[in-house]
Amino acid sequence: MRALLLRDLRLAFRAGGGFGLSLAFFLMVAVIVPLGVGPAPATLALIAAGVLWVGALLAALLSLDRLFALDFEDGSLDLLATSPLPMGGVVAVKALAHWLTTGLPLVAVSPVLGLLLNLPREGYVWLLVSLAIGTPALSMIGAFGASLTVGLKRGGLLLGLLVLPLYIPTLIFGAEVVKAGAMGAEIGTPLAALAAITAGAWAGLPLAASMAIRANLK
Amino acid sequence: MSIWEYANPKKFMETSALALPWLTGLSAALLGAGLFWGYFLTPDAAKFGSTVKIIYLHVPSAMMSISAWMMMLVASLIWLIRRHHVSALAAKAAAPVGLTFTLIGLVTGAIWGQPMWGTWWAWDPRLTSFLILTLFYFGYIALWQAIEDPDTAADLTSVLCIVGSVFAFLSRYAVLFWNQGLHQGASLSLDKQENVSDVYWFPLLVCIAGFVLLFVTLVLLRTRTEIRARRMAALLSRERSGGERLA
Repeated sequence: MRALLLRDLRLAFRAGGGFGLSLAFFLMVAVIVPLGVGPAPATLALIAAGVLWVGALLAALLSLDRLFALDFEDGSLDLLATSPLPMGGVVAVKALAHWLTTGLPLVAVSPVLGLLLNLPREGYVWLLVSLAIGTPALSMIGAFGASLTVGLKRGGLLLGLLVLPLYIPTLIFGAEVVKAGAMGAEIGTPLAALAAITAGAWAGLPLAASMAIRANLK
Repeated sequence: MSIWEYANPKKFMETSALALPWLTGLSAALLGAGLFWGYFLTPDAAKFGSTVKIIYLHVPSAMMSISAWMMMLVASLIWLIRRHHVSALAAKAAAPVGLTFTLIGLVTGAIWGQPMWGTWWAWDPRLTSFLILTLFYFGYIALWQAIEDPDTAADLTSVLCIVGSVFAFLSRYAVLFWNQGLHQGASLSLDKQENVSDVYWFPLLVCIAGFVLLFVTLVLLRTRTEIRARRMAALLSRERSGGERLA
């Protein structure tokens, strides 16, 4: 499993493009939104939390179709499926690699983008916390979506249609944490719900995703 | 005699052929009677005026859009566990019907909301949940259409339906947390504390029964079509391979 993780990470770093791309996309969202809604600091402060979370969602979505597709095309997914490693473990490792290469950097740069969007000062901690807790769920749910569309020629668009509805609860609770945190309100409930979604997704979805991959490999 | 006999397509076709005319007639009669009763024989409500009458379309279709998803969930589970093709095809057949009910619910709700709330749309928890449910239907139908191999498609859509159910349920509660709304609470629950009055209640019950039967009829009809389409595809492929062997 560790070998697989290292392999995926190495591929992501060396293949170029994929690694920085979703980060750049996240930056793009943060730049484009003020250009669209106007530079008024009060407006931006109001929508900053939501925009950053939506940006994180879309950035995660962007790199999903490569999660299994490359391995499916060159046949290494078949090898992984016949290897002694449980398929659920393979899915989890791949989702983890996806998170390490897209989710984690995104968490790291999010305060800078919060600055661009005039996020209230109290919100920064909760932005970091909520993204750190929530983005693993995005990667895992995305891995499930990618496992459904892996056999398709042009699954990218369909992937978005399938995955975005599944992202809704994560988005709501994540953005709610930042919003409430920025206002200095109680954040316990949404934070617990966010953590529950992440934990639940990592517990249940590898199984579902491995069923989907096996159906696709048949 | 067990329910699993109907997993045999031949048996299913025979029984559904017998049942369909009855179901069609009964649902038409109930819908006609319920709607007529509701539209022409009930008084206008004090606060709502005549706008209240859209309830006879709005409530049953909204109920059926959730029930349709539940039916798809059960059918998907049966497919995954017992591999009955009829079950997978029934789930496939139910999706567009459920989507249509959801859209009817949303549109009639908008038409009702305009005079009552002064707006066509509000980001109210119930409204938002139904919009999200629509998205789930879209994804499910799109996945069915995208995959060519029928068994793989049935597998993947079943898994999606199950996972989607969990997330649709989560979304419902997330949305409740996210915004408190305009929509009134349950007004049809069986402990009649805050129900609508009997004058509206009975025709509404008839309409709901009519919608349930309409759903069953449409799903049976569409499942029969799917089975026939599957048979035709099998015949065609057999003919093609047979032709190749002769040549």
